[in-house]
Amino acid sequence: MMSKLNITSQLSDSDIRDLKILAAMIVPASKDYDLPGADDPLIFDDILAAAAPHSATIASAVQALNTIARDLQATGFADLAVEQQETSADTFRKHHAAEAELLEALTVQCYYRDERVKNNLDMDTRPPFPAGFELEQGDWSLLDKVRERPALYRADSETGKN
Amino acid sequence: MTEEPVDVLIIGAGASGAAVAWSLLDTRMKIVCLEQGGATNPADYPSTGNEWEARRSSDFSISPNQRKLKTDYPINEDDSPIKVANFNGVGGSTVLYAGQFPRFHPSDFRIKSLDGVADDWPVDYKTLEPFFEENDRMTGVAGLAGDPAYPPRDARPMPPVPLGKAGQALASGFNKLDWHWWPSDVAINTEVYDGRDKCINLGACISGCAQGAKGSADVTYWPHALRGGVELRTHSRVREITVDDDTGMATGVIYYDEDGVEQSLKAHIVVLASNGIGTPRILLNSKSKLFPDGLANSSGLVGKNLMFHPYAAIQGIFDKPLDGYKGPHKAVQSQEFYETDPSRDFVRGYTFETSRGMGPAGTAMTGMGYGRIPWGHGHHKAFREMFNRVTSIAAVCEDLPEEHNRVTLDDLLKDSDGIPAPRISYTLSENSRKMLDHAVARGTEMMTAAGAREVLTLAPIKYAGWHLMGTARMGTDPARSVVNEWGRSHDVKNLFIVDGSIFVTSAGVNPTSTLQALALYIADQMKQRLANLFD
Ligand SMILES: Cc1cc2nc3c(=O)[nH]c(=O)nc-3n(C[C@H](O)[C@H](O)[C@H](O)COP(=O)(O)OP(=O)(O)OC[C@H]3O[C@@H](n4cnc5c(N)ncnc54)[C@H](O)[C@@H]3O)c2cc1C
Ligand code: SF4
Repeated sequence: MMSKLNITSQLSDSDIRDLKILAAMIVPASKDYDLPGADDPLIFDDILAAAAPHSATIASAVQALNTIARDLQATGFADLAVEQQETSADTFRKHHAAEAELLEALTVQCYYRDERVKNNLDMDTRPPFPAGFELEQGDWSLLDKVRERPALYRADSETGKN
Repeated sequence: MTEEPVDVLIIGAGASGAAVAWSLLDTRMKIVCLEQGGATNPADYPSTGNEWEARRSSDFSISPNQRKLKTDYPINEDDSPIKVANFNGVGGSTVLYAGQFPRFHPSDFRIKSLDGVADDWPVDYKTLEPFFEENDRMTGVAGLAGDPAYPPRDARPMPPVPLGKAGQALASGFNKLDWHWWPSDVAINTEVYDGRDKCINLGACISGCAQGAKGSADVTYWPHALRGGVELRTHSRVREITVDDDTGMATGVIYYDEDGVEQSLKAHIVVLASNGIGTPRILLNSKSKLFPDGLANSSGLVGKNLMFHPYAAIQGIFDKPLDGYKGPHKAVQSQEFYETDPSRDFVRGYTFETSRGMGPAGTAMTGMGYGRIPWGHGHHKAFREMFNRVTSIAAVCEDLPEEHNRVTLDDLLKDSDGIPAPRISYTLSENSRKMLDHAVARGTEMMTAAGAREVLTLAPIKYAGWHLMGTARMGTDPARSVVNEWGRSHDVKNLFIVDGSIFVTSAGVNPTSTLQALALYIADQMKQRLANLFD
């Protein structure tokens, strides 16, 4: 099982607020698709739990995001207007690619295992094992054409020996 | 109390170590295998829980540097565009392998004679053929006889895995272009086989098969070897092989047990089966008066000629739903571009192997990685265009041996027992680059023919260093090879190497079928020569 350590003791409230904004920027809620965003309380709690082993990287990512925000508008990331938050996030992704990829991965891994999201995608909500899945055989007559081909391997010597 | 010397000491319980342990059972010798990892429990594999995708980035990551388990050793791979993928435990890397199980072709053993590059092997396809067959039976291979890309072969032990929607789409693409394809030989049970259940399409082969349907060495050879009396000591990490300074023979090993306590074990025969990185690491760590540059290294070639298979990925996005995350990763392969063709600007060739699809998180991460799925409002629409609608092929490109691609010991990095860790230096050759370009162009053409609306490509794949070969090559000339034509060290007459390190060249297919056949062949040679094994 994945670690369920708590990252909240290692991040400040404002760090967590920034992370939540960022999670919603990665996967926002959608009325059109009737889907929660990654800042949904259940999903976001899962993200925080999954982030625990990476607390140092996450803390420095949030710090980097705020440095970018302050360079832009002399204020923290959370206090920026939405458009400026987006600009800061773009800069963050460009200059802190590894941290951004980690946040992205944690966000989508937790988002897409949420039962509501899986139901919405018509997925089974159970784990793959033990029931497994069906897979159709497909059309094996496609192979007839290949069966007609001459051998295409090379002999391993001039003498033609295999 | 000092332990009695054992007859055979095998280091590593992966694909090759397991095969040798089982094969040597007939000799009734006392065989002990030391394995640094533990035995995994299929009930703990990711597919048994809802976190199955996330665990691919944590405790079931294919990268030891990301997994960071106590049983792993770190690898300095800063100087390589391709990163190592492995697993350390009973079954070795086969616990995570995809089970694609093709053999080398006859021509692969003769590339110097045929194409004027690298070296010929000191063994050939015909010699290994009975061992390929034996290994297929022991492993449980599904597939179909009659592939025109290979010499005629016996019927496979089981029928092939289903094409599924993805395999069918790709097969049609190959057919449209009149290119070869054939159902892949895979180490996956399509029927109940050797007491193991059949595949139920969990789609999680590279995170361990909870069903036990995938022929990883922990469930194929090991149960038989253990029943026959082989002793397997897990959580036993070998630091070095010891030698007698007078005779130059190996005397045994020094290892650390689960509690990190140093132990020693004496042996009459030492067999290294620790893979293309682990084996040179142990040899280079085994310095002594007689072997100041590392054991069995009079040629200076230990650690050199590291070969991966550079991989190209070609992913197609289709309008119609495909199989998504359901079903074994592998279905069919194409060897249209396998053999050397003088009209191309590179020598040797590659196999296209198909990969089925991805789960939702995998889809989102892949889409974001390619810039195809944005952050923000466009996410859901772009995600739906990809989810269950992507399938891919990968080109397994033959890597030629080059001495500057190598494993050395890192000056600073150590594992949890304080043993110096390996460092790899690897550059992609011009030949590989051209081959990858060719594969990307041809793969894109095929995906389009198969009906893909959009094609995404990547070459080389970064985390695809799963085939580890060449770092203690075999040959008849002691100045140009580390082991002889039957796996015995030229320098140390009771030391054998049986893993991918001894490969002379890499061919353009996944190595494990050939690697295990070779291990069985070496074990057979040992059995035939028991009376004068050390002469
Ligand atoms: C994700 C993934 C997918 C793959 N897919 C395929 C595929 O589809 N087809 C294919 O042919 N191959 C595939 N492979 C490669 C395949 O797994 C290897 O070729 C094969 O396992 C190599 O066998 P081996 O015996 O050389 O080494 P391994 O199987 O790696 O075993 C080596 C063992 O030695 C142990 N060891 C190392 N050092 C020490 C030490 N100092 N002391 C004690 N023990 C030690 C290790 O812990 C390990 O268990 C894949 C690998 C990975 C990781
Ligand atoms: S797809 Fe088949 S072989 Fe792969 S993990 Fe699932 S049951 Fe095992």
